[in-house]
Amino acid sequence: MSVDRRQFLADATKFLLLTGAAGQAWAFVAEGRPQDAPDYDIARHWWAMFIDIEKCIGCGRCVEACKIENDVPDEPFYFRTWVERYYIPARDVTSPRAEDHPKVDSPDGGRHGFPDIYPKEDGSKSFFVPKLCNHCAHSPCVQVCPVGATFESPDGVVLVDKDYCIGCRYCVQACPYGCRFIDPRTNTVDKCSLCYHRITKGLTTACCEVCPTGARQLGDLRNPADPIHELLRTHKVQVLKPNMATGSKVYYNGLDASVR
Amino acid sequence: MRAGFRDSEHLVRLALLFGVGVLLFLGARAVLVPADFGELGHFRTGALDDNRRRPVVHAGRAACAECHDTAAALAGGAHAKVGCEACHGALAAHAADPDAAAPPELEAKGLCVRCHGFNPARPASHPQVDPEAHAEGASCTDCHEAHSPAA
Repeated sequence: MSVDRRQFLADATKFLLLTGAAGQAWAFVAEGRPQDAPDYDIARHWWAMFIDIEKCIGCGRCVEACKIENDVPDEPFYFRTWVERYYIPARDVTSPRAEDHPKVDSPDGGRHGFPDIYPKEDGSKSFFVPKLCNHCAHSPCVQVCPVGATFESPDGVVLVDKDYCIGCRYCVQACPYGCRFIDPRTNTVDKCSLCYHRITKGLTTACCEVCPTGARQLGDLRNPADPIHELLRTHKVQVLKPNMATGSKVYYNGLDASVR
Repeated sequence: MRAGFRDSEHLVRLALLFGVGVLLFLGARAVLVPADFGELGHFRTGALDDNRRRPVVHAGRAACAECHDTAAALAGGAHAKVGCEACHGALAAHAADPDAAAPPELEAKGLCVRCHGFNPARPASHPQVDPEAHAEGASCTDCHEAHSPAA
């Protein structure tokens, strides 16, 4: 195999650049600040999530893990992710437009599980639906922010700039999924960041990490080797409120028409 | 008499005022808008790093496997795909320094029932029991191996 001058120079440059980047990254790791290592290429990722309702057992591990991982206020009305239980009584299951009146509860976001409060009758229908920010590609919350404090990142995550947020709450009203809240400690908005501090380091989100049944799976739509492509191909998926054209990237398998 | 039409000095004054306003706006904008605003979109590029800077609290099962031989204990069992921290809790502090932070002791029964207590909303294929009738006061681990429960 012969290597001409042009090829040699190209290879040598690539080698030098790559070892340079790795060396730079290692310097940060050695200093105990791996999060600052510049080895994450933002242009090569497009994050999404696959949620299999048929696998969710409503254990609430995801809610607990999210609260701990992201330092979400402890009170039972601040959540970055939560689990809802839908219950449709037997008389409604087969009635026309049964989906209009489901009973929905989410005690403490499902963090401590769900008490068995419904009658054990045959014929009723109930299931769990985990919810989180849908990381819309065309987010209503981003459109209404007057100061550019919330934005769709180039890798497909809707993030908040806490230094820029003025706490005006427009985005809280604009989100059709109810995924935002005002952090009482800072008076700025807070929401699911898809564990941006984890996924940019090669880890999965905290909720996906602890989900015992694999009902939640983080996926990178720009990585052809990611299993999410196969999951989306082999399942009949739907997003929440598709009629709102938000470009949601949280795909649900087994989504019932009653889920709002 | 000065050149121009009648009362033209009003227009000059107005133009000067307008010019001062524009300069003030441009000056304030240069001071108040961060340099990295608008590079990748209508946001401050540094906000991406702010979001990345949060500390990791859940270590992830790969970190656990670096020290603990979990593969053998979990192999083939029903819990093979369950993440360590689903039961053992968030342990990045322990992974960073095993001596500084010890994993908490687990209370088996409450832990098992969280997933395996009967609830009609759970998928029928998921193994569930009525904890009172099933165990009669015994601990789950008296009969079941937590890492690899056969049945």
